[in-house]
Amino acid sequence: MLLIDCPHCGPRPELEFRYGGEAHVARPAEPATVDDAQWMAFLYLRSNPKGLHFERWRHMSGCGRFFNCARDTVSDKILKTYPAGQARPSLEALGLAPVDHEVRA
Amino acid sequence: MKFSAYALLKNALTGSVWPEQWSSPEPRASYDVVIVGAGGHGLATAYYLASEHGIRNVAVLEKGWLGGGNTGRNTTIIRSNYLWEESQKLYEHAVKLWEGLSQELNYNVMYSPRGVMMLAHTLHDVQSAKRHIHANRLGGIDNEWLTPEQAQAFCPILNVGPNIRYPVLGAALQRRGGTARHDAVAWGYARAASKRGVHIIQNCEVTGIRRAPSGEVIGVETGKGFIGAKRVGVVAAGHTSVLMGMADVRMPLESYPLQALVSEPVKPVMPCVVMSNTVHAYMSQSDKGELVIGAGTDAYTSYSQTGGLHISAHTLDAICELFPVVRRMKMLRNWGGIVDVTPDRSPIIGKTPVEGLFVNCGWGTGGFKATPGSGHVFAHTLATGEPYAINAPFTLDRFLTGRLIDEAAAAAVAH
Ligand SMILES: Cc1cc2nc3c(=O)[nH]c(=O)nc-3n(C[C@H](O)[C@H](O)[C@H](O)COP(=O)(O)OP(=O)(O)OC[C@H]3O[C@@H](n4cnc5c(N)ncnc54)[C@H](O)[C@@H]3O)c2cc1C
Ligand SMILES: [Zn+2]
Repeated sequence: MLLIDCPHCGPRPELEFRYGGEAHVARPAEPATVDDAQWMAFLYLRSNPKGLHFERWRHMSGCGRFFNCARDTVSDKILKTYPAGQARPSLEALGLAPVDHEVRA
Repeated sequence: MKFSAYALLKNALTGSVWPEQWSSPEPRASYDVVIVGAGGHGLATAYYLASEHGIRNVAVLEKGWLGGGNTGRNTTIIRSNYLWEESQKLYEHAVKLWEGLSQELNYNVMYSPRGVMMLAHTLHDVQSAKRHIHANRLGGIDNEWLTPEQAQAFCPILNVGPNIRYPVLGAALQRRGGTARHDAVAWGYARAASKRGVHIIQNCEVTGIRRAPSGEVIGVETGKGFIGAKRVGVVAAGHTSVLMGMADVRMPLESYPLQALVSEPVKPVMPCVVMSNTVHAYMSQSDKGELVIGAGTDAYTSYSQTGGLHISAHTLDAICELFPVVRRMKMLRNWGGIVDVTPDRSPIIGKTPVEGLFVNCGWGTGGFKATPGSGHVFAHTLATGEPYAINAPFTLDRFLTGRLIDEAAAAAVAH
């Protein structure tokens, strides 16, 4: 079970949270102008990396808020959690060498 | 060498060592078809390429050992009672092949149509199960409704009393459903493919997909160097996104750990397979006597191949309620596999945007049952460049056109 550090409430067991899928997948700003391929990418295509993954979690049994999380999908180690709306942290901020990410993404 | 009662007897008397069942050659410089992943689906594909299409210049490349992925980790439930016509045809195609598979491969895959019973615990379950039964009958697939008493008669250790959190309100039974021996399926296909000239190359990880300047695939980079290929079929289950990423193709897939457990072996107590979507548990008994129990997926994507302990504990809670007789039993092992899940819970079998690159994936939590059929239709696709009628609806393109094949209800439990 993961120990997840809610940016608003602090570390809590995974059971208090619900997983919210890949983070930073932005809904098209002008839906009417978007073609099928772009909808497909938004709705269905996921990076599903073996390695560094940015994902959403929601603290259901706590503050109820969505936030983002950077996790390694091989070790399941959580590198950082940060409030929704913030840009994804740089590799340096996550303590990763840039090459790490490229090899395993 | 052909297996038979005579061969068995002769070997028992002479005490000689059985010959190797498949060869382990060094790779050639190039092949007509390279298949990535020696799970059941990849090996079956190679076998049918050789046996039905006469394409024998084929290699199956495996990063670990043959059958060491989900093929060797699954709980072996076989059934075809899916909701939509497209899926019914696909899974039924496989069940028909299972029926004759041991004879065809001359290898005992221990296919055992002992019946798969899916429990209903809520009004919604009852309605959904009956809808499936009607849909299946229209599609010519056997599936029948059982009352709780009939369900208990079919599986005597099942608790149908009112004293559990979600009492059993009835069940859908597919009598032709059942189980098979997972390893034997991989070994049987490997042996039969190798006999027909297919190269099975283990410990050979594919690390890149090489393309010509004009875009088409020309081969793969591996731990054993570059291997040329006219066509490449990716059959890598949980690692499909990683492999397709090597050709810059993004996939509608997410990889999750899925777990299973087995108990200490006991005398036969469980004559069939019982599954429950609502309480999320399912169980059967292997011929060795172990109770084989399927748990769920973790909430988050992962390649860890383990899974959280609370997931299997949750399933054991439900198992103890449904089968009180097993409460004092010890679990021997639990493990995880990485399953590749599509948004509509149906597989993708066919072409990709890259010329010469084909994919067979997205079987998620339930592709073992489809192994022979999947290999059969994918071999056709690789041989002809076009899908077989049965896999034609299962394109990658359906996520563009919106023609999804939604089996979320049929596949709600991991199986
Ligand atoms: C716990 C569990 C229970 C399940 N229960 C059932 C069930 O009851 N019924 C059912 O129908 N299905 C079940 N499934 C699903 C089923 O196991 C799979 O859908 C099916 O086995 C997939 O077969 P495959 O041959 O495609 O994949 P795999 O057997 O996983 O084969 C893929 C192979 O590709 C290899 N590979 C990956 N990357 C590379 C690379 N870069 N280079 C070379 N090789 C590579 C892997 O090592 C692996 O051997 C279950 C799965 C799990 C994990
Ligand atoms: Zn919180």
